[in-house]
Parts: sequence; structure tokens; C-alpha cells
Amino acid sequence: MSETEEDRADAWFHALSDRTRRDILRRVLSGEHSVSALARSYDMSFAAVQKHVAVLERAGLLTKRRQGREALASGDVEAVRSVGAMLTDLEALWRGRISRMDELFAEHQKQDQEHDDRPDPTDR
Amino acid sequence: MPVTDVQHDLDALTLTITADFAAPVERVWEVYADPRQLERVWGPPGYPATFVDHDLVPGGRMNYYMTSPEGEKYYAYWDIAAVDQPTSFTFKDGFAVDDSFTANPEMPESSQVFAFADVDGATRATFLATYADAESLQKVLDMGAVEGSTLAINQIDDLLAS
Repeated sequence: MSETEEDRADAWFHALSDRTRRDILRRVLSGEHSVSALARSYDMSFAAVQKHVAVLERAGLLTKRRQGREALASGDVEAVRSVGAMLTDLEALWRGRISRMDELFAEHQKQDQEHDDRPDPTDR
Repeated sequence: MPVTDVQHDLDALTLTITADFAAPVERVWEVYADPRQLERVWGPPGYPATFVDHDLVPGGRMNYYMTSPEGEKYYAYWDIAAVDQPTSFTFKDGFAVDDSFTANPEMPESSQVFAFADVDGATRATFLATYADAESLQKVLDMGAVEGSTLAINQIDDLLAS
């Protein structure tokens, strides 16, 4: 990696190290959002959200344009990739559900076995 | 891990997950037939699901809510379309406006098909979810039920590869 690419990677990792910024990026990757609409989604001040947007913009992950008094932000990665990322997020949710089911089955099996292992009072 | 296959279809907006469970089909079905068991597996960690109504029959309704770590409740429902006990059921999964469980027309509905096949006494489960459009997918994720971490990791991979 060249010096500039290294700087770029630093900026990406810094931008994505924050949960709110990852969330903002996910939203703007699916379509343009006004900064004020984004700000309403979080329990923090408009200025704080604006700062997060600026960090993402500096990292080249987000672009902004003006429309009247509104600042509109959109993600800078092609749409298909973002759909892929969203499906991956859902996949993570599903993997969790499936492993919880697996645990539930294992647990019941164990209980059944313990039940089977118990001495049968009629068996003398 | 019981997950054996995952298919993402970016054009059809479907997610298909196949999993093998070391339990007979009837046992897997029981999870969906019993709201208390369903609650244990449905909500992600930190977002427990509570099923208020549970009617797993064609035309039936399953009403539930998930509670966020901050105590916020997300109301949702399943509209059951078809049931073929114990091998499959089909439903629409949507969000409700409040605890009346009236469907929220501003939120997307996804189509879900869950199928369970017997493989030598164990179960091969196939979960197929279909979303109407990218915005619907986004809204589902915005409900807060999914952490952004996988996205972050994948985006970094993509970005570094480009």
C-alpha cells in the first residue's frame, strides 16, 4: 500500500470505529438522507450528528450536496454492495437464531438423558 | 455450526439459509408451535421477543414485541398464510404501529417460508426471506435488531479490495 492508501485506510478505520457512524453509513448507503433527518434518528444533538457525518465525509465514505437549506448525504459505495451488506447483517441475525435453536435442542436432549439415567425405582 | 448454506440473491432480494438440526422434524416444529420456546430463539441478544398472540394456523396471527436494551418496544406480527404441520409454514412478517398490533403501512412486510425436511431422523431446515426492495431491507435493519458490526467488517473488506 502506498502512503496515500495507508492514510485512506486510517481514515476508514477511524470513521468505522464508532457505532453511530456505522449506523449513519448504513442508512446513507441505502439512499440519500438529509442530515436533519439523520439527526432525528439519534439521541444526540444535531451538532454531534453533523460531526459524525463530517468524519464519514472526510474518510470518503459519504458525500454531501445542498438542496435549498438542507444538506443531503449519501453513501459513496455502489448500491449493490450495500444490499449485500444488509443481507449479511440479516444473515448474522439468522445465524444467531439458528444457534439458539441448536442450543435449545441440545439442552432438552441432556434433560432427557438425565431423566433416562435416573435409577428406575421398580428396577431392583 | 448447524448452518450449512447461505444464499444471498441481490436482484430478487432474498436470503436463504439452510441449517441441519440434530433433532427430529416434530421437535423443530415444536419451537414454532410453542410461544415460550419461540421467544427463546427469535430475538437477538439484548432484544428479547415476547409473543402476545400465537395462532399458527392459516389466516392466524402471531403478535409479538421485542424490547431493546433501553426498554423501547418494537411491535411486530406474523400473518400466517399456509401451514403444513410439521414440514412448512408461510407468513408475512411486518411491523405494527403499537400494542394494538395494527399493521404499520409505512413499514415493509417481508415474505417468509420456513420448511423442515427429515434427513435420517434429523432435520434440514430452510428459511427463505424475501424483501420488496432495498428500502424495506434498510428499515428492517433500522429497527435496531441488528448490530452494525458485520456491515463494518464487510465494508472494510470491500473498500480495501477496491
